[in-house]
Amino acid sequence: MTLGESEELAPPDDAAAAWAHVEVSRHPDRPYSLDLIARCLDDFIELHGDRQGGDDAAVVIGLARLGGRRLAVVANQKGRTLEERGRRNFGMAHPEGYRKAQRLFALAGRLQLPVVSFIDTPGAYPGVAAEERGQAWAIAQTLEAQLALPTPYLAVVIGEGGSGGALATLLADAVLVLEHAFLSVASPEAAAAILFRDAGQKQHAAAALRLEAANLLEWGIADEIVPEPPGGAHTDWDATAALLRPRLEERLRVITERGFDPARRRERYRRLDGLFEA
Amino acid sequence: MSISATYARSQAAPDAGAFTCAACKVTYPLAQVAGNLYVCPGCSHHARIGAHERVRQLADRGTFQEWDAALAGTDRLEFFDTRAYVDRLDEARVRQQLPDAILTGQAALHGHQVGLAAFDFGFMGGSLSTAVGERLARAIEHSADAGLPFVCVTSSGGARMQEGVFSLMQMAKSVAALHRLAEAHLPFISILVDPTMGGSIASFAALGDVILAEPKAMIGFTGARVITQATYEQLPAGFQTSEFHHARGLIDRVVDRRELKAVLAQLLAVLAGPSGEHSQALA
Repeated sequence: MTLGESEELAPPDDAAAAWAHVEVSRHPDRPYSLDLIARCLDDFIELHGDRQGGDDAAVVIGLARLGGRRLAVVANQKGRTLEERGRRNFGMAHPEGYRKAQRLFALAGRLQLPVVSFIDTPGAYPGVAAEERGQAWAIAQTLEAQLALPTPYLAVVIGEGGSGGALATLLADAVLVLEHAFLSVASPEAAAAILFRDAGQKQHAAAALRLEAANLLEWGIADEIVPEPPGGAHTDWDATAALLRPRLEERLRVITERGFDPARRRERYRRLDGLFEA
Repeated sequence: MSISATYARSQAAPDAGAFTCAACKVTYPLAQVAGNLYVCPGCSHHARIGAHERVRQLADRGTFQEWDAALAGTDRLEFFDTRAYVDRLDEARVRQQLPDAILTGQAALHGHQVGLAAFDFGFMGGSLSTAVGERLARAIEHSADAGLPFVCVTSSGGARMQEGVFSLMQMAKSVAALHRLAEAHLPFISILVDPTMGGSIASFAALGDVILAEPKAMIGFTGARVITQATYEQLPAGFQTSEFHHARGLIDRVVDRRELKAVLAQLLAVLAGPSGEHSQALA
């Protein structure tokens, strides 16, 4: 397959627009989870460890308040500095990160705390040690834990929502997506490698996958797109948080007050593609 | 000659009456290999088989009744990579004689009634489309409604890229459906065969109450080639095989295909037999 042939497959302007969206979501100055948690939530206190022998810094868990409400928080965390990027593994969790999330869901259920998740991960870490310790099993069990969680649950995709690693903290009662964030079955690079046998076709893959936030709203996967400051969240973290915080408060109020039922959450994800009669 | 047998053979040898093992390269008469459940008579390599052949091997003769036979998906994203997705689908449907990459139904297995699902790797790599996810979820729910144990034989590369984020969401759909089975206290036996990767092993396939695997099946979240490209790590011997995961406590038993039906029957006799009620067990 040559570049010339594949350029006919997706109009270049579509591909450029889709790729621009991905680049904003990955901007090095984009606010990460802890930046938004510090600006949107009150009294956040971080907890550590999966209680099974590991503490994966690619996943952050903790307790906080929002308005008058107590919360449990789980978030993917990327690093800003070279040292922190390594320590946080670029936001790509090992099994211990997913087990840490499971611990947080269990804690929230026991203490009757609503959960807010912040999603910003290229995906689960693709490494030997992760596979040896049951990466797939850890993700599957986290999906199960979310669908059993007996308390209100709100998810916010703030940057990259890559693959099964993102899904591990996405299956909430309401899903918010920042304007320049995305959710995808695979990174555009991985999709291009599979579809075109050429990771360089990432722009075309991004266009073909239609991974912009607006599509998630149209398809019912997201409930709301939260606007970012002009140019993107990286231009002004405070303004981004000021736009997000009232939406978190309002969504939590609605989820809590409409009579909460985890069976309704399971039904949402059972019927999500809306293609088949019940 | 079933379509599945055609698939198994076409992988191995163009000669109509012969089967060349993909592992040891020795050629045997096809009838001999088929009679050995497509396990190589010489080296015991387990050749990939299609969904129809899998059901033929596991279900008691004449007992399989297909569920949701007419259910097929659509091309939601109007996806085009090097070819139109709809053309790939049409071709696979004709070749594999399936609406999509899974076959589901009720069957008897040495007399035990079960809900049975079998993935078809020859159909776009057994990947998770909305139709595959829907037929799987319905099979789980039909099993729950009918009070049947659920047995799923997975052979799947994971997500179907051509359905984008809808494919990803099939992981959630399948896990949501499994909650119904758990509520009914019915067992889920997950059988992993070569290969079971990505979104399939990271959702329903890893959640079996009992997990079995065929020998030397490749199983894992990320494929070895991608791991090597992304991390430059050395892969340990036997990486991501059934035996590798079994040694790490992730798979209950590695079972030869020629013993699979007998092992399933033994499990079903214990899990779903007349003394399966915990009240009686405690008495």
